Amino acid sequence: MARKMNFQSSKPKDTRGTLLRMLKYLASYKYLLFLAIALSFASNLLALQGPRYAGLAINEADAGAGLVNFDMVFYYAERMLFVYVASSILTVVINIVMTSLSKWIAQKMRKDVFDKLMRLPVSYYHHNTAGDIISRVSYDVDVVSTCIATDVTQILTSLVTVVGAFVMMVYLSPALSIVVLVTVPVCVGYTAYMRKKMRPRYSRRSKSYGALNGFVEEMLSGQKTIQAYAYEDEVCQRFDRVNTEAVDAYYDAEYYGSTIGPTTSFINNLSLALIAMLGTILYMRGAVSLDKISSFVLYSRKFSGPINEIANVVNEIFSAISAAERIFTLLDAPEEAADPADARQLEDVRGDVTLEHVQFGYDPGKIVLHDLSLAASSGKTVAIVGPTGAGKTTIISLLMRFYDASSGEIRVDGGEIHGYTRASVRKAYAMVLQDTWVFHGTIFDNIAYGKEDATMEEVVAAAKSAHIHGFIMRLPQGYSTVISEDGGNISKGQKQLLTIARAMLYDARMLILDEATSNVDTGTERQVQRAMRELMAGKTCFVIAHRLSTIRNADHILVVNHGDVVEQGTHETLMAQRGFYYKLYAAQFQ
Amino acid sequence: MRFIFSYLKKYGWYLGFIVLVKLAGSLLELLLPYVLEYMVDEVAPVGDAWRAVAWGIVMIVLALACRWLNVFANRRSSGVAKDATYRIRKDLFWHSVNLSGSQMDDFGLPSITSRMTSDSYNIQNFIRSIFAMGVRAPILLLGGIVVTLSLDPAMAAVLCVIAPIVIVCVVLISWKGIPLFDAVQQRLDTVVRIMRENITGILVVKALSKEDYERRRFAQANRDLTRQERTASIVMTMPGPVMNFFLNVGLTIVVIVGAYRVNAGAAKPGVILSFLIYFNMILQGAMGLNRIFMMLSKANASANRIALVVNCPEDLTPIPAAEAAPCPGDGHIIFDKVCFRYGENSTAATSAQFAGGERQMSLQDISFSLAKGSSLGIIGATGCGKTTIVNLLMRFYDATEGHIFVNGRDVRSYDRDELHRLFGVVFQNDVVFADTIAENIRFGRDVPDSVLPRAAADACAAEFIEQYDDGYRHAAAIGGANFSGGQKQRLLITRALAAKPEILVLDDASSALDYKTDALLRRAIREHYREATTIIIAQRVSSILTLDKILMLQEGKILGLGTHAELLESCPAYREIYEAQMGEGE
Repeated sequence: MARKMNFQSSKPKDTRGTLLRMLKYLASYKYLLFLAIALSFASNLLALQGPRYAGLAINEADAGAGLVNFDMVFYYAERMLFVYVASSILTVVINIVMTSLSKWIAQKMRKDVFDKLMRLPVSYYHHNTAGDIISRVSYDVDVVSTCIATDVTQILTSLVTVVGAFVMMVYLSPALSIVVLVTVPVCVGYTAYMRKKMRPRYSRRSKSYGALNGFVEEMLSGQKTIQAYAYEDEVCQRFDRVNTEAVDAYYDAEYYGSTIGPTTSFINNLSLALIAMLGTILYMRGAVSLDKISSFVLYSRKFSGPINEIANVVNEIFSAISAAERIFTLLDAPEEAADPADARQLEDVRGDVTLEHVQFGYDPGKIVLHDLSLAASSGKTVAIVGPTGAGKTTIISLLMRFYDASSGEIRVDGGEIHGYTRASVRKAYAMVLQDTWVFHGTIFDNIAYGKEDATMEEVVAAAKSAHIHGFIMRLPQGYSTVISEDGGNISKGQKQLLTIARAMLYDARMLILDEATSNVDTGTERQVQRAMRELMAGKTCFVIAHRLSTIRNADHILVVNHGDVVEQGTHETLMAQRGFYYKLYAAQFQ
Repeated sequence: MRFIFSYLKKYGWYLGFIVLVKLAGSLLELLLPYVLEYMVDEVAPVGDAWRAVAWGIVMIVLALACRWLNVFANRRSSGVAKDATYRIRKDLFWHSVNLSGSQMDDFGLPSITSRMTSDSYNIQNFIRSIFAMGVRAPILLLGGIVVTLSLDPAMAAVLCVIAPIVIVCVVLISWKGIPLFDAVQQRLDTVVRIMRENITGILVVKALSKEDYERRRFAQANRDLTRQERTASIVMTMPGPVMNFFLNVGLTIVVIVGAYRVNAGAAKPGVILSFLIYFNMILQGAMGLNRIFMMLSKANASANRIALVVNCPEDLTPIPAAEAAPCPGDGHIIFDKVCFRYGENSTAATSAQFAGGERQMSLQDISFSLAKGSSLGIIGATGCGKTTIVNLLMRFYDATEGHIFVNGRDVRSYDRDELHRLFGVVFQNDVVFADTIAENIRFGRDVPDSVLPRAAADACAAEFIEQYDDGYRHAAAIGGANFSGGQKQRLLITRALAAKPEILVLDDASSALDYKTDALLRRAIREHYREATTIIIAQRVSSILTLDKILMLQEGKILGLGTHAELLESCPAYREIYEAQMGEGE
């Protein structure tokens, strides 16, 4: 099967659009957000009052030895204490609100991603690895939600503070405020300049980390092979290149990135120097009083603090934007087309299936099935035989509507399957695949998976017909035994039997079997075979057949090669033809 | 920590230099407000505008110098972090690649990978920021404490009472918080697991239209994760406000105590003012130290995890010829009463144990001998020890009892690479690497280009490789994701054949091939690799029935050894498999 690699372009995308979309997640919590901002503003104001009361208390103490008015000292000390206690409590509340916000947003994003995964077509999973998808949920979502909640709030609070401080500064001394008019544009310009400079460097850094992770994972998973071919030194040399690129990209980003902190504090200090210079001169001219200069310095600190913070936060926002882009790419991936409005439910299936002149390719240019026609009448078994990559699995994918044929018709009981809802078409088939799939849960849940309200009796009956009941009863907790995701604690053959039991319970009129002997161990081979035969009884069966017994007993054999049906018929007629099938069959005795 | 230091050692004085530069930068930054104070207190009253401008310029110069020093120190420490991380990763990777089979089992692949990646990033960040933070925080803290003590011991005493309370509170909260994060990790594992299950089982989920059910299942796990994560995170944000609270309460007490001291004539009011400023400095320093300790413990954990791999003693070194066992007969490959149990030398429990079962012998009393150029097929149920035979033959593990000989020499006496060069091997679930097809076949060995098509033809791979426009230069994706299972297996077999190996091992290497291709492959091996001693492990009887000898294994014991015809006669289990697979029974 031809699978196209998914090369993701690293072109700069729509930064503003991404940002807006991130903000949309905040919108549903806007009241909480306003609360958080109001509280941080209040706590900022309170924190500003603390030093003032402290100063007033000290003023009272200034009276000198023996003359201190303790009533007033205690009065201000009480206020001071109140202000600080209140601001600490506010901080705690703000932390709770902010943390909740970020976690709830993360929850929403994970939910969105998962819901999307359920709507994506099967082809998406062929182009994207599980590891990649999972890293979006476990890592990217964290980065984005933290950014949205904390950084956005921080910026908004900072803006409020900046505006407030600016108003106060103009009020104190319009002349001195000129300094701010110099330093703010410098600061904003510098941030914009660094943003342009850092963006490609950060993306190079994360790309090189990605490459490093990928390389390590790949090589270590083949560690035994590497040792077996004495390839260690070569691999270490190649790792050296990946490693060098990773640390170089890191250093390149840090080389410039590490100037941001010192430079913003330089701009602060510059404004301090300018205020000192200008303030002193203005004072000499009598244009400003000394205490106003002190207050102005205090406010200019309040003013530049948030600007500093914004500069730091901007960095985090960049990494969040690229994380968000990865999430949104997934959320924007084309979904399985919705069923047409007039789609009917496929019900009371008899099991007559016909394919007429079906053509299909996974990629537009590469046709896998050229012109496939076949008819399977109710209760018959169709064996699909052919070399690897001939298109056997593709036929099954089309029957189940995991993909849609590019031309030709597929009919069930005479009706074109596109006229039915996807779910009802799929429900008409039971399926047992070569890659047996069990999930982390009890054996009962695994068998009952296809039938939500299955009773214990039904499950046991299905397990009995699948010849796995005996095995289950020997397990410590019987049907309540929890098996793990990869089924590590039961053998592949037993897993296969479980999926057969699942299909038994599901009891559809048509059956799809991808019968691979390679995965089944010889110990359970017979059981599996017996169970499969019972499962097949009375159903229309499509079997990707490997076992000769299955092939020989099939009502109809379809021999596929290079996407075409090269021969079809029964075992006897095909053997008599002495063609492709004959050669395939004879091969196993060589 | 010692592990990280061992990589920083070579910098010795250079690190001291960076610290000095950072120190100078931090001190300059602390100096700036004093210049301001001087200008306001001393310059302004004099009324000399030029002096004001001159001092302003001094401030700007100081600010510039401060920026320059900080940038200089930051860049140098990034440089050190870069170099140290590079060498740590290099060593770690080298050790990981050279771990023995049982060492690898003990660590586990995911764990090694995360050591390689996230742990090394932790250390990199630690080295980079420790200089900046490690210099600043202690200066603020120590400077603050020293100055306050010298100003007024009575007020400083308040600090001495408050400080331990703060420390106990912060430590207590962190101590409570860490187990909470373990729980978060478990919930996260569940979320990831459900996700992974759905990705791998997407066909089943869609076939049974279980999308809504899965959505509900995920939503539940998602909610649990969020709840747990929220609690844990909220607890972990507490130290900041708590610290702030206590220090500010202390400050209020200082003001009151100060007022009494002033009233008693023991202190000047200005001292209280200075106290306020220094208290703030101490607070900042303490917060910085708290962050440093958090970083330190994180980096330390990472360093220990890495050190565990790097300091792993070299396993399975060649034994001296004198200790090697004498060869009991003549045969190319000889197994002499071999027994083996996995995990004999390790303490780690593996998932192989189920329901409290004991570790069983994976192989028991295995003896056989293969003449040069002969072939052996091994068949048996999953987990019966087929692959273990190969693992022992190639000495990924040492036999628990008994001996294995290749060319009359104990395998333990071979140098590892010397032994492995005799082999061409395809393992079960073997890997195709992200590289060209040619390099995947060549795999670092000295195989001329002209040989590639021949080996590929023998492995029935030439047909699909030559379909590509760029032929052997065609690139494979990671894990060979752009090839089908059958194509991958044929490519891997080409790799095994390419160097005309003395011993050819195919472990379940043709399971994805159809009967015809499988037969063609066996014929090619028979005809073109006559010299090679061949071992084929298979699930399909048809893959091995023509070989010189067949070994039927069950639960680590030999059930039958002989030709196909002999086993049909003598081994009922073999006959049963044969009949089931070839469709002659029932």
